[in-house]
Amino acid sequence: MSKIIDARGLSCPQPVLMTLDEIKSGTDNEIQVIVDNEASKENVTRAAKSKGCTIKEITNDGDESKINILKG
Amino acid sequence: MGKNFFSTRRGIIAVGAIIGILAALLQKLGNPGNMGICVACFERDIAGALGFHRASVVQYMRPEIIGFVIGSFAAAYGFKEFKPRCGSAPMVRFVLGIFAMIGALVFLGCPWRAVLRLAGGDWNAIVGLLGLASGIYIGVLFLKNGYNLGRSQSTHAGAGWIFPLIMVGFLVLMLIYPQVDGENKSGVLFYSLKGPGFMHAPILISLLVSLGIGFIAQRSRFCTMGALRDLILFGQTHLLSGFLALVVFALTTNVILGQFHPGFANQPVAHTVHMWNFLGMALAGLAFALAGGCPGRQLFLAGEGDSDAAVFVMGMIVGAGFAHNFGLASSPKGVGPHGIAAVVVGFAVCLFIGFTMRKKLSV
Repeated sequence: MSKIIDARGLSCPQPVLMTLDEIKSGTDNEIQVIVDNEASKENVTRAAKSKGCTIKEITNDGDESKINILKG
Repeated sequence: MGKNFFSTRRGIIAVGAIIGILAALLQKLGNPGNMGICVACFERDIAGALGFHRASVVQYMRPEIIGFVIGSFAAAYGFKEFKPRCGSAPMVRFVLGIFAMIGALVFLGCPWRAVLRLAGGDWNAIVGLLGLASGIYIGVLFLKNGYNLGRSQSTHAGAGWIFPLIMVGFLVLMLIYPQVDGENKSGVLFYSLKGPGFMHAPILISLLVSLGIGFIAQRSRFCTMGALRDLILFGQTHLLSGFLALVVFALTTNVILGQFHPGFANQPVAHTVHMWNFLGMALAGLAFALAGGCPGRQLFLAGEGDSDAAVFVMGMIVGAGFAHNFGLASSPKGVGPHGIAAVVVGFAVCLFIGFTMRKKLSV
């Protein structure tokens, strides 16, 4: 079961802050971040990679993207 | 969709370099000293052109601001990123815009101009940039403690079109009422007869250059405040590399064009009161950090349909009115008669916003 972070409607740096908080202190090995703009998608992906995580999958559905992150 | 080159490290560096070179060239072609591009100063000039303040030396409908928004609008449409949205604490953003402008005008420049001043050899900019970093640092402390302005909502396409259309309207006004030699007014628009507002590159060049910058800045998410914020908050240097590229390439171009004049004294549109250069920019940095973007980034966001960013820009334009009507803006002679009081009030307002808007977001 993966932890879901809903970052829709939020602008930077909130989606990245929420993602990094979860990477640091969350217990789930997999995190799904839902964003609704390209800038947030790029920023969350970049931040997760910089923390040694793997981007398992990104699914796009209309305006929304679901980023599945595996903790490193 | 293919990979967005401009969002890569090389992309953001290229964008910073292009902005640095073009800003220095715009100065060569007529824009004021170390002010090839200054988002705050140019919005202030627009406020003057519209008569929102009557400081006669800073009145001009700057095409650069118009071009930034329309260029971003075009890029957002072209790459399917136009996303009309609104409703994330607009009034708070408006007030942050007012004090961001007041802080910037106490220093005499936004972060863009701060680095262009540095690239022109104006060492007062170092004091300003230290102030900017300090203000952003305070903003980061708030962010770490849960500060946020809440979620925005998707809205009708028309709402996202409003701000770009206002910019088109400004351009149309400028074409209907062009500058007339020796006249301080043309139709409804005010024009400066001397001072920085009188100095400008040819309209068409300013417009084309800024359309291009607006386009690539939207693609790259270029942000001067974000450059320092991401470094302090996450230790990330992505945006910072674009910011540094801007300094290096503007500096190099200035040296080549003979526009590099190192020193503290007698710099164009600048003063040497260090404490207020520092604190003015610290206030601006804090306001930009709390609002989530530098003044340029706010224009690019407004171009891609973000009404809340547009409200921040309108706050800055209104702030310019306050700054010049109330004697808050500095001049080469030093700080304005009420500039210090305004900075103190601005910090109080920003701290109030930072401490009170901390609702924990449910994930």
